Amino acid sequence: MVGFAGYDMPVQYPSGVLKEHLWTRAHAGAFDVSHMGPAFLTLNAPSGDDEADHRALAALVEPLVCGDIAGLKPGQIRYTLLLNEDGGLIDDLMIARAGWPGGGLYIVVNAATKDGDFALIEAATAGEASLTRADDGGLIAIQGPQAALVMAEILPGAAALGFMQTARLDHDGAPLIVSRSGYTGEDGFEILVPAALAEAFWTRLLADERVWPIGLGARDSLRLEAGLPLYGHDADETVSPIEAGLDFAVSKRRLKALDFPGAARIAAERAGDLARVRVGVKVLEGAPAREGAQIADTAGAVVGQVTSGGFSPSLGAPIAMGFVPPALAEPGTALSVLVRGKAQAAQVTALPFVPHRYVRKP
Amino acid sequence: MRFTKDHEWVQVDGEVATIGITAYAAEQLGDVVFVELPALGKTVKPSDGLAVVESVKAASDVYAPVGGEVTAANEALSGTPETVNQDPEGAGWFVKLKLADPAQVEALMDRNAYETFLGTL
Repeated sequence: MVGFAGYDMPVQYPSGVLKEHLWTRAHAGAFDVSHMGPAFLTLNAPSGDDEADHRALAALVEPLVCGDIAGLKPGQIRYTLLLNEDGGLIDDLMIARAGWPGGGLYIVVNAATKDGDFALIEAATAGEASLTRADDGGLIAIQGPQAALVMAEILPGAAALGFMQTARLDHDGAPLIVSRSGYTGEDGFEILVPAALAEAFWTRLLADERVWPIGLGARDSLRLEAGLPLYGHDADETVSPIEAGLDFAVSKRRLKALDFPGAARIAAERAGDLARVRVGVKVLEGAPAREGAQIADTAGAVVGQVTSGGFSPSLGAPIAMGFVPPALAEPGTALSVLVRGKAQAAQVTALPFVPHRYVRKP
Repeated sequence: MRFTKDHEWVQVDGEVATIGITAYAAEQLGDVVFVELPALGKTVKPSDGLAVVESVKAASDVYAPVGGEVTAANEALSGTPETVNQDPEGAGWFVKLKLADPAQVEALMDRNAYETFLGTL
């Protein structure tokens, strides 16, 4: 067990990081992510017109983020970014438009940043909307190619969800918020469970022999292989969405309107005025290059730094992510990583390292 | 075989000491994915960094339990680092040293003392 954002978290269960990782890629892994920050934002005086109420809520939240919240359909989830005035990331988060009456927006932020995030959202919506934290309950993820088969037996409604859709489903008389989403690159679900039911739900998941419990170690290696940034490591308040390689999270409508924090910087970066960008790096020899390792060009000049790195169980080789100048960001570019003073050959690689297998609805 | 509180083991044969990490250490590290070994001819003093063992989780230093000159490194570990987990106190050895001072070995724990020490952790 280790301390993590004020919570005691298991790094691994008895089978160990490597086996947990490979099991999740082949079967299904269960992750206790109750430390994260789920919350609901609802209008204080809803009109009862679902579309109008959603637009009103979106108008309150959009000034904080670069995503298209107004355009969310009922039940749709969007990955978006909270930005500071300089266009740096305050956090990355999920915002969903609840598909159930009066549900408002369902928001999930990172554990270490949740108090600050919630304070920002409350300040921006004060008087108009109310934020109800739901981080006193359980948030449980199940990820992997067999996740949908497992969930179909426990919560029959879950399998009908498309990727990045959420629904409220009854289970043993209690409402669960079930999202088809995750952070491993696999198909899967994230389920908000009332505290009183959380342990029973976790136990029920693990009773299925296809499901293993997965600790922080494999959670990190899975998201690293999936090329997904970890806030506080691959992104912080100095990093813009474009630098982080999260261009897809900047709404075209919002970029045209320049109506989010730091929009001018982000527009300039989109136009090519970019100092650094997050890339995937395959380490071709030697030890894993971990967070903080320097990245050098072929002439030996330091050009950047590893922000996440380790051993990829799926590839059987070390992989990393880090920032380099755009001129060195093309996949195939030869670089080196400096580990304990030794330069090891490395190469820029397209992300993700391991293909995503999100479920696509026809 | 002798042991340190940092969970290295030493097996002496004449003036050569073979060094590795204990089964307890291998278990704690988890799946070993890389071992960085010293160059032949390198001279180390007790407690100097001797090798680095990388598991999926983290990198950990392995210290020289005794002083001497590196005469062999287990190059097989570069292709099969998992040997450290499978046979930590045998085929998973790291380094052979030509002992600078055999008396340094005597100062280390024997297996009984090491197991007693493990019981306190």
